Amino acid sequence: MAMALPSTAGGGDRWQVLRLLVARKTVLISLIVLVVLIAAALLAPYVSPFDPYKLSIMNRLKGPSSVHWFGTDDFGRDVFSRVIHGGRLSLMVGFSVVILASVLGIALGLIAGFFRRADKFVSRLIDAMMAFPDILLAIALVAALGPSLINVIIALGIVYTPRLARVVRASTLVIRELPFVEAARALGVPTYRIVTVHVLRNLISPILVQGTFIFAYAILAEAGLSFLGVGVSPDIPTWGTMINSGQQYMGQADWIMIFPGIAIVLSVLSLQLLGDGLRDVLDPRLRKEL
Amino acid sequence: MTDTLLSPPASTSITDRATTAGGSGTARAAHRAAPLLRVTDLKVHFPTGSGRHAPVVRAVDGVSFDVPRNTIVGLVGESGSGKTTTGRALLKLVAATAGRIEFDGHDLSSLSEKQMLPWRRRMQIVFQDPYASLNPRMSVAEIIGEALDTHKLAQDRREARISELLERVGLNADHRTRYPHEFSGGQRQRIGIARALAVEPDFIVADEPVSALDVSVQAQVLNLLQDLQRDLGLTMLFVAHDLAVVDYLCDEVVVMYLGHIMERGPTREVYARPRHPYTRALLSAAPVPDPRAPRSRILLKGDIPSPIDPPSGCVFRTRCPHAADICAQATPPARSMGPDHYVACVRLDEIDAS
Amino acid sequence: MTASSRDIVLSVDGLKTWFHSRDGVAKSVDGVTFDLARGETLAIVGESGSGKSVTSLSIMGLLPKPAGRIEAGKILFRDRGGKHHDLAQASAATLRRIRGAEIAMIFQEPMTSLNPLYTVGDQIAEAVLQHEGGSHAAALKRAQEMLERVEIPAAARRVNEYPHQMSGGMRQRVMIALALACNPSVLIADEPTTALDVTVQAQILDLLRRLQAESGMSILFVTHNLGVVAEIAHRVAVMYAGRVVEDAGVYDLFERPTHPYTRGLLSCIPTAALLASRERLQPIPGNVPSVLALPPGCTFAPRCPIAEPACTQAVPELLPVWPEHLARCIKVTPQ
Repeated sequence: MAMALPSTAGGGDRWQVLRLLVARKTVLISLIVLVVLIAAALLAPYVSPFDPYKLSIMNRLKGPSSVHWFGTDDFGRDVFSRVIHGGRLSLMVGFSVVILASVLGIALGLIAGFFRRADKFVSRLIDAMMAFPDILLAIALVAALGPSLINVIIALGIVYTPRLARVVRASTLVIRELPFVEAARALGVPTYRIVTVHVLRNLISPILVQGTFIFAYAILAEAGLSFLGVGVSPDIPTWGTMINSGQQYMGQADWIMIFPGIAIVLSVLSLQLLGDGLRDVLDPRLRKEL
Repeated sequence: MTDTLLSPPASTSITDRATTAGGSGTARAAHRAAPLLRVTDLKVHFPTGSGRHAPVVRAVDGVSFDVPRNTIVGLVGESGSGKTTTGRALLKLVAATAGRIEFDGHDLSSLSEKQMLPWRRRMQIVFQDPYASLNPRMSVAEIIGEALDTHKLAQDRREARISELLERVGLNADHRTRYPHEFSGGQRQRIGIARALAVEPDFIVADEPVSALDVSVQAQVLNLLQDLQRDLGLTMLFVAHDLAVVDYLCDEVVVMYLGHIMERGPTREVYARPRHPYTRALLSAAPVPDPRAPRSRILLKGDIPSPIDPPSGCVFRTRCPHAADICAQATPPARSMGPDHYVACVRLDEIDAS
Repeated sequence: MTASSRDIVLSVDGLKTWFHSRDGVAKSVDGVTFDLARGETLAIVGESGSGKSVTSLSIMGLLPKPAGRIEAGKILFRDRGGKHHDLAQASAATLRRIRGAEIAMIFQEPMTSLNPLYTVGDQIAEAVLQHEGGSHAAALKRAQEMLERVEIPAAARRVNEYPHQMSGGMRQRVMIALALACNPSVLIADEPTTALDVTVQAQILDLLRRLQAESGMSILFVTHNLGVVAEIAHRVAVMYAGRVVEDAGVYDLFERPTHPYTRGLLSCIPTAALLASRERLQPIPGNVPSVLALPPGCTFAPRCPIAEPACTQAVPELLPVWPEHLARCIKVTPQ
């Protein structure tokens, strides 16, 4: 009789999960790409050959060369350095959004999954939020809050909260009925401990998987918002603002748009593939051990 | 009535089952007059929807029985019998809709969750599924430690106590840092038993504890339960569907069908001379591992009715070979057939005569 | 009665089915040999990891590909026309023709082998049409006849019902009707009563016995329950860790078990003798070995009370202890 617990690996075998992950080539490549991107982002000041803000009108709109690997933009700024610094911001935005969405989503999901009366209200709230297309909701929130980096993070965090809350709620509903939770109740374990130790610990896997997807969506969304001009202000280098400002030079100096675009594609794709790999590794492993 | 944290549990002395079960009349009467658990007219109904007129699943529909101290009582039945729900209702893991649950003379029925805490030390449960009854994210030491910590037991010698408990159930104490998935089904079941024992209970509900195990492992766990019961003076309610195992392990047996008790009494007596038509059919249907054993099969017609819409009167009448009009009129009362042997059937005399 | 006088319909010889995975090779079936005669019920008994289910899947050609493969051995089947096929080597087309029409299978969980979207009648009719052709109306009529044969009351009405409208016992009967729709000569029953209540199990076993008496079909009954074996089997093959360790007539197996594993199994269930003597159950120490790492030589040796060093040297052969009674143990049979 095999029970399907919502994707959990046994505790204490994180290394095995990692080993299984890297066994898949796509995941391995994605991990390497992500590590490189994150490292570049973190070490931006040391790694970028030029100051991303330095103007050099003489060198404007130069194509990729051995000096400027990705060429220069309309103000003569080195595109490669800007891509690296932009990555810093884009990845930071993505990461912050994941944290915010997780905190809100886990809280909402646990409450909805655990307390039947609260569920009615919270589920409707989640459904209402998910009824809006992500970008529109994000635009509306940024418009309401005012365009700044912090507000973009807050807006996107709210936009992606329902996704996580749903997953947490669904898993909570299942875990709540499992014998080990009943055993805890039979022992007299207080409810708050059941929620934090028994339920939450078993939610790590679905949260991790959703988290990687939200990371990817957030990067894309921020780029989209900035591209539309409703996100971060255009002089701050993020991948989105770079594509936005590169629009007018399409056909003339494509490199201004292409390289940030490739960066977005690489990071989003890697995150998605990592998320897929995580999901595959964490779910069937469980079935195998049962 | 609020009970504060109780003094250590009552019967921890090693008591020979044989003497309590087959002792002198007055000793037995006195023993039975103070059962550890007395269930009176227990009902557990589950609504199927939220409306006021939503149909109700009558999982347990008026069940009364005793569990004498230091005995193992078997609770048998097929699917829909309500045996699992009964076991959980005793520990208040599901809310009873009506009826009384008296534990050691105290009525637990109206206690709040907070008031139940000290009682939870005295009554524990072992589950059927060895894979889902342990939190996969907690090590064995954490699982058992949680039981100790919840009731603040052995706080000054926690690690030693955990080792003791593991060894008591036949596991290696060095494996305390391992996680459930590193153990086999039988071992996981032992961990579940150790967890139940950690709080030093008087009473354990064993909910089909061996059904999900291989045959050779079942015997290991059954022997363990038997030893623990004897050595620790435990009282057990053994919920099962395997009649042979109940015959082996249990002093008394309660036979349930569709939320009602059909027959209950000493195991030897009920198995040798089953009076209720359902008990007879059940015993005759059980496969016997002996090809030469005589088989007088009583085949019941039809299927078990739904507990949402059970038959009126005697719930067994739709499949009973001896059913008559009188059977539909009222739920048959439990009729005494001998010392501690009760049968719920209004047509017993006619059936015996034929 | 010697083996040659039995009318053998299915003969499995040295079957090895291995699963190749990232973690290694799982030798689920590693030397299974038995014969199934006409009109006879052979019970395959084993615990989890014994390979009993994989054996029946191998015969039916239903192994999960590409992981599962028949590595060695023969599965000789004599079809209705008297022609012999080796199912281990047969083409996909041959297997498809034989499956359902000549060899049928029923499973433990009726809900997963019945399509919830089609009526019971349509599903049986589909099997008939697939193997015998004819009109849809005729197939439906046969479907109704089959439901009556398996003692489903009000068959005319039930033909148009969906699986979810029926109880577990009734769905199992439908599965039997589906399996027998084309009059197969062999029925493989993989733990068909394990998930059923005791009283329903008794009904189903009774039904199978009756159907066998009527049609003369052979039944390969896979189970872990020795009580059920005693009820329904004529012959028994006991499996442990991928091999048949004992093969005997049912009376012989229970009265004169020879292999230490069989004896161990019989000592750890509550039998009438045990209950009367008030002795304890004698569990078999240890655990079933993992199929990825089978012990050398006799796989039961680590848990065997009479094992000696010679037991781990080589895999014992399945040899006769008495006529029609085989065991795989060097301490029991002269090798």
